[in-house]
Amino acid sequence: MKRNSWLELGVGIFMLAGILGLVFLGLRVSGLGVGVPNDTFTLTANFANIGGLRPQAKVTMSGVRVGKVTDIQLDPKWFDAKVTMELDSEYDGKLSDDTTAAILTSGLLGEQYVGLTVGGAPDMLHDGDVIHDTQQALVLEELIQQFVSNLAK
Amino acid sequence: MMRHIAALGRATLDTLSAIGRAGLFLVQSVVCLPSREGFHLWLRQMHFVGVMSVAIVLVSGLFIGMVLALQGFTILVGFGADEALGQMVALSLVRELAPVVAALLFAGRAGSALTAEIGLMKATEQLTSMEMIGVDPLRRIVAPRLWAGFVSLPVLTVIFGVVGIWGGYLVGVDWLGVYEGSYWSNMQDSVDFVDDVLNGMVKSLVFGLVVTWIAVFQGYDLIPTSEGISRATTRTVVYASLAVLGLDFVLTALMFGDLG
Repeated sequence: MKRNSWLELGVGIFMLAGILGLVFLGLRVSGLGVGVPNDTFTLTANFANIGGLRPQAKVTMSGVRVGKVTDIQLDPKWFDAKVTMELDSEYDGKLSDDTTAAILTSGLLGEQYVGLTVGGAPDMLHDGDVIHDTQQALVLEELIQQFVSNLAK
Repeated sequence: MMRHIAALGRATLDTLSAIGRAGLFLVQSVVCLPSREGFHLWLRQMHFVGVMSVAIVLVSGLFIGMVLALQGFTILVGFGADEALGQMVALSLVRELAPVVAALLFAGRAGSALTAEIGLMKATEQLTSMEMIGVDPLRRIVAPRLWAGFVSLPVLTVIFGVVGIWGGYLVGVDWLGVYEGSYWSNMQDSVDFVDDVLNGMVKSLVFGLVVTWIAVFQGYDLIPTSEGISRATTRTVVYASLAVLGLDFVLTALMFGDLG
């Protein structure tokens, strides 16, 4: 019986290690939040070209992460990209109406993300509002083309 | 000429009947009502198959994580992207290396032992005598081992992944000087719990079933001589490793193939 209880203890510790490991993989490695997800509010912005932006990309303000991109779709009316973003609710009603959104790249080859810059208008953005002033992603080929055609002149 | 064609036909029929026997064998041993005694048998096998494999998984996970970080750093630093080290280590471990390497180690460490154990039981006619006294060897011997392998390989895979990521942290952050914050935050930005971690778990569940299935079936189906046991043990390791690598490609194509 003594032998058997050691065995059970061993298997128990083994299973516990597996469960704790899975929790570690969830929380620390994939960054899942504990309990209820943070309150968020949604903003959309239309970009002429999103480059390599993907859902789950971060949304930053002065380089600080404030939210993430949740959805990217082609707007059938204007044929540009409609990007839906979820921002932390603490910024709800704090960003001015003329906030600009730009698609930026971290480093030379890094991931693309959305950078917000606050303007100075008195009206504020609320849940479901649209950011009108946007700056499209920098596409390397277009840049080179411009450079070559300038050179030719 | 006719003889060769007949030999080909015989080989095909033998293979097909072996696959059929293996399938029946799996269904007969897995499908049964849980019982208290069965639980204790399972616990004993969990100890042998799972707990005793922790040491080898810990050591190899640590070293694979460390090597990944070292290799990844020398490649990434050329692009000035050494902050992406955490992302590289975590994704390659969680998606690919932890399920596959843990399954290969498991086939060598536990699979071969299962084959030899069951094979010796067959050679010494313990299985036949069990049947004589009315105990079904599939329930008594095979089922606890199958379930133990099925449950313990995912646990071993999780341990492997965690230790590997920690090993990558040791080399990348403590030794090579990657900034600690970017190691973790890049990892958290890129690893998705469902797409990456849970898909890795699904892989290891499949591998656990296949490896233990091959191991116990080879043990149960072998020719009961000392030579037969040694051949079956070798076959277990070879077949299980090949099955893991082949299935890994299929599963990866199913899970991540449409990401483009």
